[in-house]
Amino acid sequence: MQDQIIKVALIGNPNTGKTSVFNQLTGLNQQVGNYPGITVEKKQGSCSLPSGFKGNILDLPGTYSLNASSLDENVVIELLLNKTDKYYPDVAIVVTDVENLKRNLLLFTQIKDLEIPTILVINMADRMDLKGITLDIPYLEEHLKTKIALVSSRKKTGIDDLKKLIVDFKSLSTEPCLNASSIDIVYFDSLRKAFPQQSLYKLWLIITQDVNFSRLHKNFVDTRNFAKPISELKRLQQKETIKRYQFINTVLQQGRIVDHAAAKDFRSRLDRVLTHKFWGYVIFTAILLLIFQSIFDWSSYPMDFIDRTFASLQSVAAEHLPVGVFTDLISQGIIPGIGGIVIFIPQIAFLFLFISILEESGYMSRVVFLMDKIMRRFGLSGKSVVPLISGTACAIPAIMATRNIENWKERLITILVTPFTTCSARLPVYSIIISLIIPKSRVFGIFNTQGLTLMLLYLLGFGTAILSAYILNKVLKIKGKTFFVVEMPNYKLPLFKNVALNVIEKTKAFVFGAGKIILAISIILWFLASYGPGDRLEKAKETVIAKESGNTITTAELENKVAAYKLENSFIGIMGKSIEPVIKPLGYDWKIGIAIISSFAAREVFVGTLATIYSVGGSGDDEATIKDKMQSETNDETGEKIFNFASGISLLLFYAFAMQCASTLAVTKKETNTWKWPAAQLVFMSAFAYIVALIAFQVLK
Amino acid sequence: MLTTIAQLEIGEKAIIKDFDIDFIPLKLIEMGCLPGNMVELLQVAPFGDPLFLNINDSHLAIRLETASVIQVEIIKE
Repeated sequence: MQDQIIKVALIGNPNTGKTSVFNQLTGLNQQVGNYPGITVEKKQGSCSLPSGFKGNILDLPGTYSLNASSLDENVVIELLLNKTDKYYPDVAIVVTDVENLKRNLLLFTQIKDLEIPTILVINMADRMDLKGITLDIPYLEEHLKTKIALVSSRKKTGIDDLKKLIVDFKSLSTEPCLNASSIDIVYFDSLRKAFPQQSLYKLWLIITQDVNFSRLHKNFVDTRNFAKPISELKRLQQKETIKRYQFINTVLQQGRIVDHAAAKDFRSRLDRVLTHKFWGYVIFTAILLLIFQSIFDWSSYPMDFIDRTFASLQSVAAEHLPVGVFTDLISQGIIPGIGGIVIFIPQIAFLFLFISILEESGYMSRVVFLMDKIMRRFGLSGKSVVPLISGTACAIPAIMATRNIENWKERLITILVTPFTTCSARLPVYSIIISLIIPKSRVFGIFNTQGLTLMLLYLLGFGTAILSAYILNKVLKIKGKTFFVVEMPNYKLPLFKNVALNVIEKTKAFVFGAGKIILAISIILWFLASYGPGDRLEKAKETVIAKESGNTITTAELENKVAAYKLENSFIGIMGKSIEPVIKPLGYDWKIGIAIISSFAAREVFVGTLATIYSVGGSGDDEATIKDKMQSETNDETGEKIFNFASGISLLLFYAFAMQCASTLAVTKKETNTWKWPAAQLVFMSAFAYIVALIAFQVLK
Repeated sequence: MLTTIAQLEIGEKAIIKDFDIDFIPLKLIEMGCLPGNMVELLQVAPFGDPLFLNINDSHLAIRLETASVIQVEIIKE
């Protein structure tokens, strides 16, 4: 017998542990994607339920109410209003936090009014004793017209009860909790007469949403005749909210007892330290320092191991596979290309680990609070700190994370400057160049000089972001209300499962996303580097022998010269040579030029490109690691090392500032709805990068 | 005594009286910033802004600018 599928939607306020409940229900059976056409993350998973049922669980974006003010929240409304949507739930689960029940129930009453079968999950039940909370569940179930599951995703209790309730969804009441139409009886009466088939609350949502946010994608019903001016709507929404809270207060007065004397308040003491005018900043700086040390220092062990593994894999492939073009493609194109991305898994995983711990623990909100006043001087918001920090992982989710910045000018500036923060794609480039030009030693016995250099580059990124924000704030003439509301959630010990799943999922997305591009570019590069116009490559050996006829050279030297000659006369060599005049003043040779060009698709391609070029250009010595190959590169004319201090610094600066990421440009376009801003990013950032790199090299050489 | 949230001292509690709805985001109202509800100033960020409040059991932070348009009456203890 085939499993019967129940479609379930998880809905809830941010910080209620909705994702923990989702993880408990689905475990590893989850996929993350995007809603069609928009960049809102869609999390789906499946779980097995009692009596042979199967649940398809959709984790909707966190929202405070159904009056959406952001793209993420809008997704929730569009789904719940559209009964024909293929994800329209059979049953909705509203997740609430036992400590914030009053506020969390606001959304619950709204969902109930849509007449969808709804289960109420009261999460974090393990904290009830600590906070002196007692609940009368039968009373609450009766008055909220629902079934309640008391869940603790931390203690893993209550999930089985929840599963039973899901299977039993048909017995749930779909009766609304309260009648919102009394806020304006005349208006709602005329609505009822015009659309007798529709639920009144649904009509009301469509009207307010159209006016306040944006027209809903799907026009469910034409309510244009009923539109009202924005301030009048807001007044009605306030009335509605008051009515909902009155209802919630009455229910909770009977159904919940809070013994404040029993509540042990750990939060306020911690807050006093973490948001302290001195210690707050000290702790924040220390946390940042810890993150950078771990990225550079601790992750170097697994990275060295991966580097060696790929180098030996390359030589094994070259030795054991039959000689031919295909083997060359594998050993010189594909293996170094993949190695170039796999090596950065440890650093990226560390970065995502820290970011997800900061967010899970509730600390990130304190940083927003701590930084708001300072950031405002630069035209940013305290909330810009989140994109700027998560921009150290990747600018794409960071730019999407600007959606909760209420003020458009602050948001636009944040979007424009976020790409300056050092994203994980720059890490490969930074790490390898730093390891080539900065000697390894320790300062004060603990700080590794290479780690400090890396930290300086991160600071440079932040500094440039902030400085450009300051300039943009002066230049851009946009006015808007500066609304700012940030929830300060309770501190929580991050759940291992949540953090682990998040790290795995984000790292996987990075590796496969970047991996595809890198693999494709590696193969193309290998072809371009192995073939050239005419018969110059076939005649390479004769040409070199003829040139060197006067000198006595060993066979090994001859082989090297032939390989170098071939590379220079391949398609890629010719391309590189033709752009050399532009990049020579920066201290780069044509091989680096090729790497820079290919990394306009994505920065991390740089290392892979050089790996491929040097593998093709080198002689039989395939065992050398990418780093060794770069170390031994010299200028043909002067015999100097290509990667010396001056050119290295120049490259570091170029990568710090240049806009080399097609995906970031695309996401900026999506979030700002015009090509104007991504075009500005591309032109200004790249020109700035070129000038700075030029000055650096000319001064240092 | 009628005043605004911006004038509260740390630890002081007050009852929300009135505000101009055009200067308040709807989200704040939904979080429980409604006439009759209690508000307590928990913390002030360095440099005096924003304010960390407990409104109707919701812990949240708002800017001074918004706080100064919400009229409250201080509860004497």
